Amino acid sequence: MIIAILSGFIAAALIPLLSKIIKGKGSILLPFLPLSLFVYFASYLPKIGKGEKLNFVYEWVPSFGINLSFHLDGLSMLFALLITGIGTLVFFYTYSYLKGHVYLDRFYGYLSMFMASMLGLVLSDNIITLFIFWELTSISSFFLIGFNNDDPKSRKSALLALSITGMGGLFLLAGMLLLGTAGGSYSFQELLANGSLIQEHASYGWIILLVFLGAFTKSAQFPFHFWLPGAMKAPTPVSTYLHSATMVKAGIYILARFTPLLGGTTEWNTTLIIVGAVTMVYAAIHSIFRMDMKSILAYSTISALGILVFLIGLGTEESLLAAGVFILVHALYKATLFLITGIVDHETSTRDVTVLGGLRKVMMPVAIAAGLAALSNAGAPPFFGFIGKDLIYEATLHFGDWAYLLTGAAILTNICLLFAGLLAGYKPFVGNLPAEFSKVHLPHPTMWVPPLILAALGLIFGLFPVLIEKNLIQPVFSSLTNNDTVIHLKLWHGFNVVLGLSMLTLTLGVLLYWKLKPSEALFGKTLKFELFSPQTIALLFGRLFSGFAKFWTGFFQNGYLRNYVITILGFLTILLGYRLYQGVNFYVDTAKLTELTIYEVIVVLIMIVSIIFTVFSRSRLVAVASLGVIGYSICLIFLFYSAPDLAMTQFSIDTLTVILFVLVIYNLPKYKTFSKRRIRVRDGILSLFFGTLIAILTLEVLAEPLNRETSIFYAESAYILAKGKNVVNVILVDFRGLDTIVEITVLVIAAIGVFSLLKLRLKSIEKE
Amino acid sequence: MKTIIFKTASTYLLPLLVLFSVFILLRGHYLPGGGFVGGLIASIAFVIHSFANGLEQTKSLIKFHPGFLMPIGLCIALLSGAAPLLVGQSFMTGLWFEDPLPVIGMVGSALFFDTGVYLVVIGVTLTIIFTISETL
Repeated sequence: MIIAILSGFIAAALIPLLSKIIKGKGSILLPFLPLSLFVYFASYLPKIGKGEKLNFVYEWVPSFGINLSFHLDGLSMLFALLITGIGTLVFFYTYSYLKGHVYLDRFYGYLSMFMASMLGLVLSDNIITLFIFWELTSISSFFLIGFNNDDPKSRKSALLALSITGMGGLFLLAGMLLLGTAGGSYSFQELLANGSLIQEHASYGWIILLVFLGAFTKSAQFPFHFWLPGAMKAPTPVSTYLHSATMVKAGIYILARFTPLLGGTTEWNTTLIIVGAVTMVYAAIHSIFRMDMKSILAYSTISALGILVFLIGLGTEESLLAAGVFILVHALYKATLFLITGIVDHETSTRDVTVLGGLRKVMMPVAIAAGLAALSNAGAPPFFGFIGKDLIYEATLHFGDWAYLLTGAAILTNICLLFAGLLAGYKPFVGNLPAEFSKVHLPHPTMWVPPLILAALGLIFGLFPVLIEKNLIQPVFSSLTNNDTVIHLKLWHGFNVVLGLSMLTLTLGVLLYWKLKPSEALFGKTLKFELFSPQTIALLFGRLFSGFAKFWTGFFQNGYLRNYVITILGFLTILLGYRLYQGVNFYVDTAKLTELTIYEVIVVLIMIVSIIFTVFSRSRLVAVASLGVIGYSICLIFLFYSAPDLAMTQFSIDTLTVILFVLVIYNLPKYKTFSKRRIRVRDGILSLFFGTLIAILTLEVLAEPLNRETSIFYAESAYILAKGKNVVNVILVDFRGLDTIVEITVLVIAAIGVFSLLKLRLKSIEKE
Repeated sequence: MKTIIFKTASTYLLPLLVLFSVFILLRGHYLPGGGFVGGLIASIAFVIHSFANGLEQTKSLIKFHPGFLMPIGLCIALLSGAAPLLVGQSFMTGLWFEDPLPVIGMVGSALFFDTGVYLVVIGVTLTIIFTISETL
């Protein structure tokens, strides 16, 4: 199992090495990776169908409770099959779509990486690894959206998508950590076992809020939906794979996965219903005014995601079943439509539905696939989409007091979606073929076969729902609801309200299609509302934020060493002062003090005199020299108190420091202007405060009872264990030798830094 | 600062100070001293020489860029730490020769380690000081 999940990463790592082969004919081999994975997962179908749940555990960081544990149940199975199945088709499709592209190898690398992360996401049992895979999907999606990296728009969209989904990811991480703390485990299975504990936990509200933010950003729910249309800048295989079939459903997956654990409360259901309903209606209405096939599909995808969130929010058994079925329905028809858009774009170089028409005459198989997908999307019998829509209406109709409102919203959405589907899947292929497209021809079979397969599945599953009912949908239903009620998918339910509503939707949608013709003028009208759209507001916040960041950085990172020192000292003074204000426990135990000797008095006097010299001297050299004197006096004090090693080192260091100072200062001009009196007084006061506080702190430390355990250990074991009598040195080279290695490495890095900085400047002067 | 007295003195001081620094390095395990201080003293010796005779003189005396001492020293320190791995002990275990060598005394992996520190310190200090005095 772990090999199955990681194979995508392994492939992604190997691809750069084989780039020559992949750019040539070899790329036709790559789709067999997802295909074999698909077969692998499908081989578990009978087991899953029997209601079994499979666990695979590999230890990773056991000390933090993070294991690579994978769990395969109905929901994971549905997603794994979608990921690998649609993945296979997309891999094949890419073979022709990007044939001869310079970065084809890179593209396949990103795609494999994405597939692996997505598989990891849906199979993870541990919620921390789930988060890691979640982030990996965001990152690989960033690369895929920005694949045309010489187009500034595409780079911008990639960044927007990454920042929105990445932000959501952070919320999700916080949510997962809270959840882990509340439930006492990071394993989903274990959490599920004490679900009621979490629902009654004090941080339950926070947990669901954070999970929602993560899921809504990923699944493009209102008001975070705006990254998705932008992400459509990516090559079409990416739009198909990530932005309709799999990645955007990761948020749905999370919500569905956590429904048995967190769902069923008023907060959970109400939020999801409201957000889902707003998203589905808002995006559906948006989709009907677009002219670009990809934009139409992008908005209808957002709307479909809204429907899914809405269904999960309803939380009844019927609605969860509808959600499970609709995930599959949507993936089948939407992926088809995207692939077809890619073909149309590839062959005619336009995606404008107002220009396109009559393409059936030149590419019949594509037209068939598009027609089938549009019908499944429309929910026309006997397509799989019909079953899906029936289930949705059934779910809304049986939802108590709000049934009429919710059903109304669902009908409105479905009408718009039907319209959008016809616009993208029907309009480009009917009517007269414009003259400029008469030379258009059918692409390579690897491009038109995948959408045909998907579209055909939409029809087959509709005609024979029994094919997937027991092995796939039933397990999905069980893992969503956590119970084993037997379900039945049927095409024909007899004459009832639901059928009536379906027919009403169909009629109104088709009517709308005849009446409303998308055009520049209509599209222009919708743009007027852009001013209030979440995107504008979010970007405004972004600008404010970066403005604030600029101010903040400019204020603190001003490049003057003295200001940095003042900031650091000032902050420390305030902090220490506050701490000492809270209560100091310092007294000087005169009995413990040794007697004052004449040497000490002299040394201290020398220090005081040098300090006065340092502060008041008008020459830099004098100041530096007197600083050196202070250093040497400190060495003497070390000597008096029997720390010869310290004294020696301090002595050499001080000598070198003075030499360095002199070297630098020797080359500086004489003091031209002194700093203002006011500033000097300020610095003086700050230094006095800081010095006093440090002195108080030192005295307070003295008052603490001394723990000599460590020093006694070193003193006793230095000779026995390390054959040395100089304890300081033994500690340096033996007991804490590893620290010393790291320290000398740091020294070397510093020296290299000085060297390269100064030498670099030399060169730029030379250039001038 | 190029007085005759300083110049003459520095010619004698350089070998003496370097010798002293080695002495400090070797005695480190039993008496105050060690690689760090030793390295600092050795670099002071070279810095004094460069003050008296000019940087070019000192550089031609050393023959190679002092920066090369840094990787050499790091490698010695690391190898002395890794040596115990060869005889199946854990990283940085102290290993000692049975008998003391004449003049040097007991020799163990700690001494090599300290020598590494010594070389790194010389390399770092001289690189920084030479670079700064060259640039300014």
